[in-house]
Amino acid sequence: MASTIRVRATSSGETTEVQALIQHPMESGFVKDAKGEIIPPHFIQQLTFEYGGKPVFVADWGGGISKDPYVKFAFKGGKKGDDLKVSWIDNKGASDTTTAKIQ
Amino acid sequence: MTKTDDGLSATRRLILQGAGAVALVVLGSAFGNLPFGLAPAFAAANDKYPEEAFKAKSEADAIKALYGKTPEASDKVKVDAPEIAENGAVVPVSVTTTLPDVTSISFLVTENPVVLVASYKIPAGTMPSVGNRIKMAKTSNVIVVVEAGGKLYSATKEVKVTVGGCGG
Amino acid sequence: MKLRTKVQLSLAAFGLVLLAFAAPSVFAADKVDPVADAKAFKKFFYEKFPKLKPEDFVNGPYSMNEDLYKQWQEKEQFPPYEFALEAGKEMFSKPFKNGKTYGDCFANKGIGVRQDYPTFDEKEGKVITLELALNRCREANGEPPFSYLRDEMASLTAYMAFTSRGKPFDIKIPNDPRALEAYEKGKEYFYTRRGQLNFSCATCHVQSPGERVRTEVLAPALGILNAMPIYRSEWSGMGTTSRRFTTCNSQIRGVPLTPQDDEYRNVEYYLSYVSNGLPISGPGARP
Repeated sequence: MASTIRVRATSSGETTEVQALIQHPMESGFVKDAKGEIIPPHFIQQLTFEYGGKPVFVADWGGGISKDPYVKFAFKGGKKGDDLKVSWIDNKGASDTTTAKIQ
Repeated sequence: MTKTDDGLSATRRLILQGAGAVALVVLGSAFGNLPFGLAPAFAAANDKYPEEAFKAKSEADAIKALYGKTPEASDKVKVDAPEIAENGAVVPVSVTTTLPDVTSISFLVTENPVVLVASYKIPAGTMPSVGNRIKMAKTSNVIVVVEAGGKLYSATKEVKVTVGGCGG
Repeated sequence: MKLRTKVQLSLAAFGLVLLAFAAPSVFAADKVDPVADAKAFKKFFYEKFPKLKPEDFVNGPYSMNEDLYKQWQEKEQFPPYEFALEAGKEMFSKPFKNGKTYGDCFANKGIGVRQDYPTFDEKEGKVITLELALNRCREANGEPPFSYLRDEMASLTAYMAFTSRGKPFDIKIPNDPRALEAYEKGKEYFYTRRGQLNFSCATCHVQSPGERVRTEVLAPALGILNAMPIYRSEWSGMGTTSRRFTTCNSQIRGVPLTPQDDEYRNVEYYLSYVSNGLPISGPGARP
């Protein structure tokens, strides 16, 4: 099954810029469906980016992050061809992980 | 109410009680190796989801739960957000700062039912700037808090949110 | 009120332009002149927005408002239609149960052909849209048709549009009175008021582009289909031309037609034709 995580990591030599887009409903738990019932909260709580076995960025999210969440950051280092590992876990205990190559 | 009973506690570790005064600089050592005797302000580990902070109803409570301090306004924190959100469901907001030794950046929306939207851990070597897309329930202040050198700074921008469209 | 004056002026100006180009009255089919229409249509918009380049018109409200433009550009870095586009590519390449593919139903294997649709089918005597062609392809190969509004249809057309990005709209009206009639009927639909709000498509998209209807900034009619299918923030998802036509009908408190009804096909034909030369920008994102 295809990963929910899309990553674009580009190295400019000095720094690596990372953008990620993840397929996830990010239900806040405040929205009602057509029947008027609350759609239960369902959102990614933690998203981690690791390079060289160490976290370079950790996102703690709530239901206030948009559906199909996006994040952008940059870190020093990172070479073309190196791996960047991205993982998330949501409030239901589901998770996904992927490894992307830095371009 | 954001219910987190289901998944987190079963799989993750303890939640940090706010932040200590000392900013922890992570050097070459494997993460998790904290200098003993120091209350961990920040552990470069992929755990410690700030559950309490995500339950807070006011920005003061959320910030207190996250950092245990109060921020001072700083013009060195630059928030980039639209004047009028195209749609409250997806508002692109980013922040950048010239403050040194940034360890954490958080986004809060005062009029949201859950004020804290996101909190980012910035390990040493990661640039102090973040871009994300947030939900805004209505016109509100967007507050960005930056923890740098053990102190807390903030900047605020008002973003208008309208319900628009022809009969929609 | 500012808006009313603007509307009146625009209406007057547009009326003059129409007269000046002897644009045919909708009742005189023998004077149908699509070439002149398209020229007049473009001229109207180019003069209304002198700072915009022709290709800017395919960006809908984003070329009309700087704050919106910024938000759009930021999201285009990693756009919300990304997943639909990926799904579309996968679906497009996957063979049907009988071993054939979508590519077998189209010229050039369906790659880079979106700008030719809608097309006029001289055998059938009707306008064929891309979505219609796709469902016919499915049915011809023993597969059930998709809904015309969203999901799979939006994903497939997103991929096909993507392969045509940058290519100019190239709608053809063959020298066939039925084609001219379809075109003319499309134009008539476009300019006819309907619904409780008594708006025509032109009311918003010709008279008031860049202005607001309530709080939303209106897109110009020129280039309005070039970005289809679109991920609308309002829908939190993808939608096709059919989705937009039906929801618009509802929004002006009229009765929506069935997707791919003749009127819809014809207005799509008209709108696409008058935007000939402007680049395909789909799949797109919209408020």
